[in-house]
Amino acid sequence: MHEKAHNPVERLAIRDGRIIDPANELDEVADLFIDGGKVISVGEPPTTAWIPEEQIDARNKIVCPGLVDLCAHLREPGQEQKANIQSETYAAAAGGITTLCCPPDTDPVIDTPAVAELIRHQAGIATYARVLTLGALTQGLQGEHLSEMAALKTAGCPGVSNARKPIQNTLVERRAMEYAATFGLTVFLYAQDPYLANGGCAHEGAVATRMGLPAIPAAAETAAVARDLALIEQTGVRAHFCRLTTARSVQMVARAQYDGLPITADVAIPYLFLTENDIVDFDGRCHVAPPFRTQRDREALRAGVARGTLSVICSDHQPHEPDAKLAPFPDTEPGISGLDTLLSLTLRLVDDKVLTLSEAIERLTSGPARILDISKSGIGSLSVGAPADVIVVDPQQSWRVQPDRFLSAGHNTPFAGWELSGRVTHTLLNGSVAYCHS
Amino acid sequence: MNAPDLQLDKKGRLHHFLTIEGLNYQILTDILDAAESFAGVTEQSVKKVPLLRGKTIVNLFFEASTRTRTTFELAAKRLSADVLNINIDASSTVKGETLLDTLRNLEAMHCDMFVVRHSSSGAAHFIARHAQPHISVINAGDGRHAHPTQAMLDMFTIRRKKGPDFGRLRVAVVGDIMHSRVARSQIHALNLLNTGEVRVIAPRTLIPADAETLGAHVFHDLNEGIRDVDVIIVLRLQRERMQGAMLPSEHEYFHLFGLTRERLAQAKQDVIVMHPGPINRGVEIDSKVADGPHSVILQQVTHGISVRMAVMSLAMRSQTTLNE
Repeated sequence: MHEKAHNPVERLAIRDGRIIDPANELDEVADLFIDGGKVISVGEPPTTAWIPEEQIDARNKIVCPGLVDLCAHLREPGQEQKANIQSETYAAAAGGITTLCCPPDTDPVIDTPAVAELIRHQAGIATYARVLTLGALTQGLQGEHLSEMAALKTAGCPGVSNARKPIQNTLVERRAMEYAATFGLTVFLYAQDPYLANGGCAHEGAVATRMGLPAIPAAAETAAVARDLALIEQTGVRAHFCRLTTARSVQMVARAQYDGLPITADVAIPYLFLTENDIVDFDGRCHVAPPFRTQRDREALRAGVARGTLSVICSDHQPHEPDAKLAPFPDTEPGISGLDTLLSLTLRLVDDKVLTLSEAIERLTSGPARILDISKSGIGSLSVGAPADVIVVDPQQSWRVQPDRFLSAGHNTPFAGWELSGRVTHTLLNGSVAYCHS
Repeated sequence: MNAPDLQLDKKGRLHHFLTIEGLNYQILTDILDAAESFAGVTEQSVKKVPLLRGKTIVNLFFEASTRTRTTFELAAKRLSADVLNINIDASSTVKGETLLDTLRNLEAMHCDMFVVRHSSSGAAHFIARHAQPHISVINAGDGRHAHPTQAMLDMFTIRRKKGPDFGRLRVAVVGDIMHSRVARSQIHALNLLNTGEVRVIAPRTLIPADAETLGAHVFHDLNEGIRDVDVIIVLRLQRERMQGAMLPSEHEYFHLFGLTRERLAQAKQDVIVMHPGPINRGVEIDSKVADGPHSVILQQVTHGISVRMAVMSLAMRSQTTLNE
């Protein structure tokens, strides 16, 4: 299964699929032509003399850009007992994801070009997906000294972040933002006040009260968002809020966007489905950080995605070995393995009338590509000349989530047993087949 | 909520005892009735019955305890079971063996029942879910979540003093509700037994979010909260609360929330005062009250033995039929 995907085919035609390319506002049944790893034409072949070497029949299927996942923990380097780049990029390809962005909280931290290059090198060997890395905002994510951001940018990092390690000192955060702005780097912010979070593991409310779980109030997020917004306004840095979870912070971000602040925001897919009520059985698979919030918050997140305040849906993929979840709820490691279910769960939002199909694909393709600043090279679109990262999806095919069949090394999912629809039949990366479901 | 099905066997009888939540009036009454019959045993000169002869009960304590562990041990011995006490410093398990490893090792020694105390909420549920099906798990306190046998011995004490009709009773729980597994279990038990009114009394820093949803009226003034109540349960105030910016000082706490003889006059004349122990005299309760005529604190300890005998024998009864 993990043999290298080599595809010597240069000229490829994908016939009669429903081509959905939100970046070009395209939604029509047509042929797509690929040559030399790039999209060369949609509709008609480039010349009458152009003959494809191979064809994919995409009748009754969706043809769209490969998905761009704004946050996937690949666990390499540092936590290879959980997963590695090989296993996770293959799972990504099978899930229709052709570009992954990995946060800097690896071990060692991505605060030097060497670590960024190591990850890219490993991904290059695997050849299943394009892997981007965010650089660390501060050295070792310690929140004290600035990282060498210019060098990280040169090494290919599209942005910088302190991941889930909050910067406690506001002056350091201000300077880090200013320094990042110097090089046009986007700062990726995880808004959580560590003092208010206070080691909690559940949303502060009726459920955590009943279960006696240490709780994290909504204010842990909103206080941090408010502080970050003030510093963004002060410094003028381009910023992206990662994984918002509360109704109030969506409202704050929408307001700041309206006021013209250069900010964007995303949500992780599980938060659009699950709430605090899902932890009542002390189900460690529902232990995530930040915690699942209330029904009202979930509805506000859905509305935020629909309006575009939240312009990206990501997997927030966090694969774990089984032992990580085999403990009393507060002692389990937070996070969900999400690559295998990202596409199908997002399509569920179309069934739930939250998004149109085109909007759903936009939130998974050109939306994140813009934030990673890779849209100018055509990634996340089917523009002529763009790298042929293309997926073919059978939207009708339903499947039951069975964690032991996950291609990710992490089988930790609260969606086990869910009936979903939409399966990837082909994933092309630079025009080569990275995954093919037979 | 909280997997009532996990606690009960197919016939709806107690198999594990993890939390009061999700149980019903009948099960609680069965426990209290059984405890009443065992109370006779503990008052005899030969304090043993052969109900659990040949059974092995493991007291698995990941958190320090004197009272709870010893009363569980006495209860098991009076039921003629063999008892193994295992005290594990939680910090050492973090470094090495996981909770599941510990569990597997004990299972390999052919034990029949685990009495578990652990600092993480949900630990007893976790063990019950992963233990072999014939093993009963009794929760002796998990994090801030539940301490159901403590709640039942408190109910037993109330019933003995005030009679079986809880509907006419007003009960106040005073103190650190936020961090208290005892309070949570008491509130559930009082509500399942149809108590007329349940109150909790504490400053806002010690009341958890949406506390009313537990089924209690919230008061922040002690005099107001204990007015005309029949039962006052005083909770222990941990010293750590001063460090966590929960309270300014023990002195101010005692001044505002300490139960004194003068304040007790607000309650009904025949009020009983309870405390799960250990007591901080002069912090949450004045010695004159703790040792005074309204106090039933030492009777609670005695009742702890018969209530734990009741819970163990009921859970084991389910086990016996499981094997048939």
